[in-house]
Amino acid sequence: MTTIALPRRRFLAVALTASGGLAVGFGRRARAARTLRRASPSPWSEPAPGVELGAWLVIDADDSVLIRVSKSEMGQGIFTALPMIVAEELGCAWSAVRAEYASANRNRRERDVYGRMGTGGSTSVRTLHFALQRVGASARARLVAAAAEIWGVPASTLKVENGAVFHPPTGRSIRFGPLAASAAAITLPREPRIKTPAEYTLIGKPLPRLDAPVKVTGAARFGIDARLPGMLYAALALPPVLGARALHFDAAAILSRRGIKAVVPVPGGLAVIADSFWRAKEAAVVLPVTWSEGAAGFNTAALRARYRAALDGHTATALSRGDPASAIASAPAKLEALYEVPYLAHAPMEPLNCTAHVQADRADVWIGTQNPDLALLWAARASGLPPAKIHIHNAYLGGGFGRRGTNDELPQAIAASKAVGAPVKLVWTRENDIRADRFRPQAAIRMHAGLDHSGLPLAWEMLAAVDSIDASLFGYHPTAGYEQQAVEGLTDTAYAVPHLRVGCALQQTPAPVMFWRSVGYSQNAFAVESFIDEMAHAAAADALAFRRRLLAHRPDYLHLLDVLARAGDWGKPLPPGRGRGLALSESHDTIVGEIAEVAVSPAGTIRVERVIVAVDCGHTVNPHILATQMESAVVYGLTAALYGEITIEKGRVAQGNFDTYPMLRMADCPRIETHLALSGGSKWGGIGEPAVPPAAPALCNAIFAATGRRIRALPLSKASLGGRA
Amino acid sequence: MITLTVNGQTHSLDLEPEMPLLWALRDELGLTGTKFGCGIGQCGACMVLMNGAALRSCLISLADVGNSPITTIEGLAPPGGEPGSHPVQRAWIEHDVPQCGYCQSGQILAAVSLLNWAPDPSDQQIDAAMGNICRCGTYPRIRAAIQRAAALARG
Ligand code: FES
Ligand code: FES
Repeated sequence: MTTIALPRRRFLAVALTASGGLAVGFGRRARAARTLRRASPSPWSEPAPGVELGAWLVIDADDSVLIRVSKSEMGQGIFTALPMIVAEELGCAWSAVRAEYASANRNRRERDVYGRMGTGGSTSVRTLHFALQRVGASARARLVAAAAEIWGVPASTLKVENGAVFHPPTGRSIRFGPLAASAAAITLPREPRIKTPAEYTLIGKPLPRLDAPVKVTGAARFGIDARLPGMLYAALALPPVLGARALHFDAAAILSRRGIKAVVPVPGGLAVIADSFWRAKEAAVVLPVTWSEGAAGFNTAALRARYRAALDGHTATALSRGDPASAIASAPAKLEALYEVPYLAHAPMEPLNCTAHVQADRADVWIGTQNPDLALLWAARASGLPPAKIHIHNAYLGGGFGRRGTNDELPQAIAASKAVGAPVKLVWTRENDIRADRFRPQAAIRMHAGLDHSGLPLAWEMLAAVDSIDASLFGYHPTAGYEQQAVEGLTDTAYAVPHLRVGCALQQTPAPVMFWRSVGYSQNAFAVESFIDEMAHAAAADALAFRRRLLAHRPDYLHLLDVLARAGDWGKPLPPGRGRGLALSESHDTIVGEIAEVAVSPAGTIRVERVIVAVDCGHTVNPHILATQMESAVVYGLTAALYGEITIEKGRVAQGNFDTYPMLRMADCPRIETHLALSGGSKWGGIGEPAVPPAAPALCNAIFAATGRRIRALPLSKASLGGRA
Repeated sequence: MITLTVNGQTHSLDLEPEMPLLWALRDELGLTGTKFGCGIGQCGACMVLMNGAALRSCLISLADVGNSPITTIEGLAPPGGEPGSHPVQRAWIEHDVPQCGYCQSGQILAAVSLLNWAPDPSDQQIDAAMGNICRCGTYPRIRAAIQRAAALARG
């Protein structure tokens, strides 16, 4: 077995050349002579040549600054946003900054020096902005102290600008590069204060992403691009029925095919190992396997009735305020509606994959993971090696959306590599990805309100029957009978309602479920914002004015609604067959309002013309990236609302690829405009998820405005909107 | 033996004629800029140029490629140019199109192909030609970058 002695980057370059490829800058930290490579094609952490000022940053002799990013880059722009926060305080030139991943191994060795490395819940900026400002400020103060020592002047007389320390009285200056070594040796008597927002010069600027250049040349390495000498490939044979296991398989039937090396049982199924992925994949399809029966009696068609029935039974109280039952009973008017959403797949563009090389004394894993520190522990468990012997090389993620927070592919690749004693790249097909996903839960949400004389809700009961993610993912059954993700978006509603009850009936089915971009908000905002629209309509009130009355206590919402109304032409007449719909959602410390404008043809074809977004995340690190995340989330939310549905018949997932699980494409993509309504203060809200939840209700409310048809079950592809007069 | 011409280089490969071009590029030649997304011609992540026209490499076998020259994302820059210097790539950088980036090789090659036959494409032509999936929803920026690339190419 080979031991990897060369630094990984050079090692990979060798591997590529040996394979006959054009190794142009691949696999190496190829820094072009003139331009700094702002983000390396291979983002994982390597020993850096410069001087470390703590675990987060390295200053090179040429003044370039390497900033380590502890969160995963999956499209949300974190490789740019987090370095901006450090650089804001450091005082280097932004053009001198480059980014790479912080190492999960080091995080373990050095007692959580990077903190929790998981990326999810739109938490990266929210949880790290102060810490990273302090990292930059501390390094800057040490550079200043080093210069003060060299010149024998008080530090207070020095200034920092553009990667250099200046002494204005004498006009002397010294650059960060030559200062770094002495700065690294300095311990500050006390850490410096950090800037207040009024002092920012970098934070808040619409800077371009550092990783764009390597993503337009094909150089950026995703997990699926890992290549090692002697590497084999694995494709999966997964059970056709949920929960089934392989009872027997006939490896001999495929071992005579070209390149096929072995069939190995792995968690969740069987791995066919070959010298080429294509050969492995073709063989996996014809491998004779006898599977156990699994959940062959499971049909999603029966679930709707079951979830509705659950709402009639006992529901655990997640929140209770006032006396909703009697307030509804005595209210002058009542309104009730049921909203239903199906299972959804994550379908990140890059299918799940993992390359593992398990050796006697170490295991290396190349993967795109949202949880590198947990991946390290999972790899240790799967390989039987101690965590200190595991090396996780996190790659760029070709989309995550929650799916890459649980790396089912990792123990599979480890098992495969262990079995054949070679590095193995295991790749899921798209069919594997859709059918063996852990889905966004199915849900039924019933709203029941008692209305006052002006039609405003006096009392509101919100009941949700929804799959338990805790039970499915962690085997944990919440004793309270509800879990946060089941009721988020309900219990935390901003609308002023004197009497409120949120009830929950957690469900468990053979379909595995997990976190999906915006999690519980994705279905609960659909129910809340549709129902608000229904209440407004019942009161013959304007949907925006109606919301304002329920949000009078929230100046941030009122301001956002003003921005949204103006930008979205709210109230301006539209031709027949067109309509505007409004929805709000607050999640991850960020409020997003959306106005969707749709055209519905007499035949019932829906065209989303434009979506106006107003967002309040308090502060924004980078408004350009913020806008792209709003666009991304709107497309993600609309895709689900229009087409997204996983159905299961006799335990088999009916969808398998993009032909049966369709995606929004260019021709159907609306114009999307983002408008800032920032309230500042102490809020640094998340931006990756919060624009997903309003998309579906804004769209459905717009369809109601255009057609008078109320959509209470998604996806829209199942609704019939044709045949209108 | 299969003979394959990719980015101006000719390779002699001992591969099955029915192997899809995608896997020869990625696994045999190490040209991993061409991506696997669906394997059934739906997503366009695997797009390459054959005689200047976009083609889904997961659908075409090596036998069917024959002697036709193939260009992948790695070979897109003009001869002697830096990686990323093709006008479409420059426009992509100017508009900061990529998010996760996984679909972008395919998107860029689809755009190059479109601009080859429609140097100043209308919105309808963009809609028709750009059928590739972007799960990150970069479509609005792709549209803007195509219009910019058209302007760059006009000079
Ligand atoms: S991988 Fe070829 S079209 Fe999707
Ligand atoms: S940029 Fe992520 S799929 Fe297009």
